[in-house]
Amino acid sequence: MSQADDARVDEFYERLKEQVEEAGYHLNSDVEFTKALLESILVNEDRYGYGACPCRLASGIKEEDLDIICPCYYRDPDLEEYDACYCGLYVSGDILSGEKQLTAIPERRPAPDERIVRGEDETGTLGLESISNLPLPVWRCGVCGYLCAREGPPEICPICKVGKERFERFI
Amino acid sequence: MPMEHVDGEDKGKIVLFALSTCQWCRKTRLLLEELEVDFSYIYVDLLEGEERSEIIEEVKKYNPQLSFPTLVLDDGEVIVGFNEEGIREALA
Repeated sequence: MSQADDARVDEFYERLKEQVEEAGYHLNSDVEFTKALLESILVNEDRYGYGACPCRLASGIKEEDLDIICPCYYRDPDLEEYDACYCGLYVSGDILSGEKQLTAIPERRPAPDERIVRGEDETGTLGLESISNLPLPVWRCGVCGYLCAREGPPEICPICKVGKERFERFI
Repeated sequence: MPMEHVDGEDKGKIVLFALSTCQWCRKTRLLLEELEVDFSYIYVDLLEGEERSEIIEEVKKYNPQLSFPTLVLDDGEVIVGFNEEGIREALA
């Protein structure tokens, strides 16, 4: 890794750490491990044009990989069940405090044949019929579950800061 | 097939399917090196075209979820994920 890359990773680390702490999440306190993962996310950003999860095989097609752009849709359920995300980048308070140990966890993402890919022209409803008397549609952040009723999703999720392509129409 | 080979004690054919970007894959490779066994590994994320499709189909045969690391041992045992205890036991 060149010095320029080091600086880019350090900057990414500082920015992300501040951002996730503010949103109530924790990065792995093993800084070397964490920075190696962040470096890999930057590699994927350069390689695919989006920061795909370093521990999963990205397809190179963003629409197929919306669920695994870091932070992925599986982070919060994994933090809830296993105290860490699949990569070990995000950890629970219990792991941060040393009360629990970080281990590798099972893959929650469905197998390739079982994945549902949202088509470009679909609105991405989650199998729900619209409630016709609502004045506005309700959008759900796929990462943190934040809901908002407005014409379209916000540019950036105000809770977890991911982009609007990570929202799906909920109602 | 662009497999990398690491020389060591012969415990039969051991193949590690991994991602170059994944820390659990790295830990698995380092564990195999620590155990000083003879093994091959391949970084699936660095493959392109037909070669990539072929290897993906092969990994899916061992692990339909196509997750990494996927370690295939000589007796056909498949160890998915960085399962340190499982790997140590299987290669003891």
